[in-house]
Amino acid sequence: MNWIQVGMLSDIPRQGSRVINTATGEIALFRSVDDRVFALNNRCPHKGGPLSQGIVHGTRVTCPLHSWVIDLESGEAVAPDKGCAHRHEVRVAHGVLFLEVSNEATKCT
Amino acid sequence: MNAKKTKLVVIGNGMAGIRTLEELLKMSPDEYEITVFGTEPQPNYNRILLSPVLSGEMQFQDTVLNDWSWYQENHITLHAGKTVSKIDRHRCQVETEDGIVAPYDRLLIATGSNPIMLPVPGINLPGVLGYRSIDDVEKMLGMAGPGSRAVVIGGGLLGLEAANGLMMRGMDVSVVHLCDWPMERQLDKVGGGLLKEALQKRGMKFYLSRQTEAILGETAVTGLRFKDGEEIPADLVVMSAGIRPNIALAKSAGIHCERGIVVSDTMQTYDPKIYSVGECVQHRGQTYGLVAPLFEQAKVAANHLARYGRMRYEGSSVSTKLKVTGIDLFSAGDFNPVEGDEELLLQDSARGVYKKLVLRDNKLRGAVMYGETVDGPWYFQMMRDGTDVSELREHLLFGQMHLGDSGLGGASSVANMPDSTEICGCNGVCKGAIVNAIVDKKLFTLEEVRAHTKASASCGSCTGLVEAILANTLGGDYSAKSSKKAICACTESAHQDMPKAIRELGVKTIPDLMRALNWKTADGCHVCRPALNYYLLTAWPGEYQDDSRSRFINERVHANIQKDGTYSVVPRIWGGVTSPAELRSIAEIAEKYQVPSVKITGGQRIDLLGVTKENLPKMWGDLVAAGFVSGHAYGKSLRTVKTCVGSEWCRFGTQDSTGLGIKVEKITWGSWTPHKFKIAVSGCPRNCAEATIKDFGIVCVDSGYELHVGGNGGIKVRVTDFLCKVGSEAEVLEYCGAFMQLYREQAHYMDRTAPWIERVGLAYVKQHIVDDASGRAELYARFLESQRYSQDDPWKERAEGKDAHEYVALATIEQGELQ
Repeated sequence: MNWIQVGMLSDIPRQGSRVINTATGEIALFRSVDDRVFALNNRCPHKGGPLSQGIVHGTRVTCPLHSWVIDLESGEAVAPDKGCAHRHEVRVAHGVLFLEVSNEATKCT
Repeated sequence: MNAKKTKLVVIGNGMAGIRTLEELLKMSPDEYEITVFGTEPQPNYNRILLSPVLSGEMQFQDTVLNDWSWYQENHITLHAGKTVSKIDRHRCQVETEDGIVAPYDRLLIATGSNPIMLPVPGINLPGVLGYRSIDDVEKMLGMAGPGSRAVVIGGGLLGLEAANGLMMRGMDVSVVHLCDWPMERQLDKVGGGLLKEALQKRGMKFYLSRQTEAILGETAVTGLRFKDGEEIPADLVVMSAGIRPNIALAKSAGIHCERGIVVSDTMQTYDPKIYSVGECVQHRGQTYGLVAPLFEQAKVAANHLARYGRMRYEGSSVSTKLKVTGIDLFSAGDFNPVEGDEELLLQDSARGVYKKLVLRDNKLRGAVMYGETVDGPWYFQMMRDGTDVSELREHLLFGQMHLGDSGLGGASSVANMPDSTEICGCNGVCKGAIVNAIVDKKLFTLEEVRAHTKASASCGSCTGLVEAILANTLGGDYSAKSSKKAICACTESAHQDMPKAIRELGVKTIPDLMRALNWKTADGCHVCRPALNYYLLTAWPGEYQDDSRSRFINERVHANIQKDGTYSVVPRIWGGVTSPAELRSIAEIAEKYQVPSVKITGGQRIDLLGVTKENLPKMWGDLVAAGFVSGHAYGKSLRTVKTCVGSEWCRFGTQDSTGLGIKVEKITWGSWTPHKFKIAVSGCPRNCAEATIKDFGIVCVDSGYELHVGGNGGIKVRVTDFLCKVGSEAEVLEYCGAFMQLYREQAHYMDRTAPWIERVGLAYVKQHIVDDASGRAELYARFLESQRYSQDDPWKERAEGKDAHEYVALATIEQGELQ
């Protein structure tokens, strides 16, 4: 367990995303329209597009490069596409964002 | 089961009934406790594919749409092989022959249709079959065998498919038909004649203009006698003289029926608790026997069962395609001209090609095509859109010449393409892969094919080919996109509904608009949100608060995203005219930010590629200080005005094309449009600025300015249509602004000018821009009004700090923090 404070919920626009730089690559934090926060690697499983730049809708994000749709809760591409943008644990407490960073991203099913 | 749930009973386990359930479960999975009765012992299968099963090209299990587990997973009680014999409307329950009783709160009748069995002697002999169910097919296969003789009564679509299937099983097949030529409901005499010849060459025999008097035989079929006395031998007789809505049950329950069960636009019978869909219904006097209309009905019925209560079924126009491998045939609409109609004909006997189009008031009413059917979906679309084709008519018969590129320009027959032909050049999808996906994954619509194969999902230029493959694989029964196509899966609303809805409802935000139109998702998706943002922006200039979260990344950060996540920056260079000082500042800025790649664009601008996002605002600040504004090379907006040098230098130049180009660009820059918009001004008819492949092209001539519209390079090169000629620069500006405004207000989001003009017809555009001077002035005034709010330089704003969060990371976690 290694929860790191990365910013405030208000730093991320609703239906938007912000990026956290880490030594192992970028992690994108997403904020849904109902203020839930999700964290994925900022790389589309298709061709590595920056998911943080996509349009966030519901609990999904559409990659800006070729419009793959990634589920924010699981990190999995929405069928019939297949692939996973590994998920990270993120929590919001009193408006503060905490990201659990481990060298291993959460495994996909 | 939850006793509080509303009970829905479905009579009929076929395609229409089950499709309604599928649509219903999508919208409202927990609303009903569902019970289904089906006479056939099989689960729901794809009746359209009976012909390939009969011919041996497919197995029955390949046609199953919903297997047993689907019913279980959705908690549906299925009584397969049980026929409902009574509907008790007082007690609200149905009863089967063997005593099963099921109460209902809502009832859906989807009993389909029965083959018409001619009332002739011998009709009940063993060996006389209808052609309707898998049971019929199995019985036929039991009797089929090399050398045995089959007679098919009825030379319509189904009859010919049955005849072809039996022939492929080695039988000696004859077709008996009342009319002079086969498929007279889908083909005219010439087309029917070509079809007959083609089938005769394969060995099918025809007895045309013949009426069957009796079926012969003592204990089994031995032959057939016609009214004229001639007798022919037969071991098997297939009745395919048409279908009749199966309304006996509904009728016995006192539900109002005419030829079919009469339903309203909400698919309700005269008993409002009872809905009906499929071949058994009669809607606005029409009955349907193809699957596309049934699926549209299913969607409407489900919408009301789910208590959305919004949709209406307004009837369908249908197109037909014969599923006989190797024969290309397409028909749609009313192709028998009546007085006042015009006919366009093309007949090439050597190539076996025949096309007939029927026009009335410059609109397509019907089409028959034989031998070359690739353009069928195109004609069908124009028919349903009511496109004015007067400007196209010289070329209409030759088809949509630009259909499909990537080396397929000459391909005219999808049926004859080998499986290895690449259809979608963007995603590398071959014909075989598309056909397999359609069959294996049981796809019916273009959207489904796109989702599963990616064919036509990128640039879309092969859409027509993919539709043709769908039609060819599924026959006429594929669900062609209806003329009112929903924007995306989030809604039933179509693009064309939006401007009116926004105005009438007076809504000014995306969430309000979604609420008012019953969006199915909380906040839409990447398809509908940018569209709604555009429509609202156009409807309320200056008032609408642009929603950056509904902008595609390029328009959100005002730069073009590249494959590696960096961006390109293109400063505006008015009319393509620059100076040493400007070039020097661009060069210095490019060096300062270590831009890896500098390129001249096709639109006469300078592209600085490979800029990281963090650097964008800083770089813009420097560019703005040097006098530049955003070039909007990233937007669905005015891109560039390309010019040639014109009369200032060129010995051929007739007018000041560069000067005019700069004026046009100063007026139009910053405007948002449904798709990108390009302009060019050429100083003489040599047209060095390539104005005739632009959305709006100006070609200067000695006596004035020729205006051209609706061209584009790119995916499908399309040369502009000539709009009109004007005499002054002031008029050029007015016509240009008015045209842009008409396009902005009326095109669907993501349509470039070419498809928009092809849909509404050039005549429509001329009428608004050329003929109607006061209308033009109003359009121009609205354009200028809207421009008052859109000519703030987005780069300057961002260099000064707007949307700063878009360009910087939220945090950086150092290696040391990771333990």
